[in-house]
Amino acid sequence: MDSNNKPDGDRIVLTEAQKKRRRERSIAIAWALGLMVLLFFAVTFVKGPGVLVRPM
Amino acid sequence: MNVRGALDAPRTQQTGCVVSVVDQKAVELPPRISEASVADYFALLKPRVMSLVIFTALVGLMIAPGHVHPVLGFISILCIAVGAGASGALNMALEGDIDVLMSRTANRPIPRGRITRGEAMGFGLTLSFFSVMTLGALVNWYAGALLAFTIFFYVVIYTMGLKRRTAQNIVIGGASGALPPVVAWAAATGSLSVEPLLLFLIIFFWTPPHFWALALFRNDDYTRAGVPMLPVVAGPDATRLQILLYTIVLVAVAAAPWPLGYFDWIYGVTSLILGAGMLVLAINVYRHRTGSTALRATRRLFAFSIFYLFALFAVLLLDVVAKAIAPLIW
Repeated sequence: MDSNNKPDGDRIVLTEAQKKRRRERSIAIAWALGLMVLLFFAVTFVKGPGVLVRPM
Repeated sequence: MNVRGALDAPRTQQTGCVVSVVDQKAVELPPRISEASVADYFALLKPRVMSLVIFTALVGLMIAPGHVHPVLGFISILCIAVGAGASGALNMALEGDIDVLMSRTANRPIPRGRITRGEAMGFGLTLSFFSVMTLGALVNWYAGALLAFTIFFYVVIYTMGLKRRTAQNIVIGGASGALPPVVAWAAATGSLSVEPLLLFLIIFFWTPPHFWALALFRNDDYTRAGVPMLPVVAGPDATRLQILLYTIVLVAVAAAPWPLGYFDWIYGVTSLILGAGMLVLAINVYRHRTGSTALRATRRLFAFSIFYLFALFAVLLLDVVAKAIAPLIW
């Protein structure tokens, strides 16, 4: 896995496969965070002012 | 430059001074750059287990009294599903050493070297935190606390405590798999009642016959990995008897809600028919002990047990849906 990484001084140069996978993971995290923001936003409409009332 | 292992290097005490031996012991290694795909991380969530969790939780949510707003219902199921997935990721992080020894689990992301145990642990803990906090903050803290307990029970009590120590691992550990409909009910109502506990008992008593049937035809796997499943510790014959006894209890527990008046006759009759199927297959497993007939009997019971639980819960779901749309038709 690491054998294709060629250090450029103190920096590591990622292979194309590593870059592609990192980008895919970043996009997946972005989607997850976006969905979470949307869910919280949607709940403010569902609960209205009651959104701050969180029963035990 | 990365020097892996520097933080873990031991220190020696010489003439009252703490002297680092990093320079002598550390090995210079290139940093590990992950090539794990999104699919690898998704596999950590145990999607097949998660699908059963989603379905049983959905039934728990739907049969709960009162109206649940669809958005809150969706969030509840999503959080329970993510919590279950987080448990799966933490389980894989803790069991990477034995997963590599078993053919059933050797293709998981950690044994294949796609994801490290640390990465899986971080992933699982992150999802656990967000699933519990989101369920608590957006729905109710009672359900959030129950979800946290479910994850704790699966990871700490079952995976870390029971799995490698006792043949009763999946009997006690089965409680965590039985909790999702209870969490969903709590999310819908903010309280608990007899109905979700009945669902809990059904899944709880379903777990041993299901997993011991698997353990019978995966006995070599568990023996190689040193996991004390019942067939490894007590032998196949004792396991066959236990499967039969647990199946009898399961059929009785699954039918009980009908005469007790919690679920109606459609559920009751279905549970008796499905229960008869489970009993016949369990008796077959008990009777056929050698050769391909025995193997076929255990595989059939394993496969049917999945259908059994799915069908039993599907009837409850259909019953609720039918009752909801009946006034609209007539």
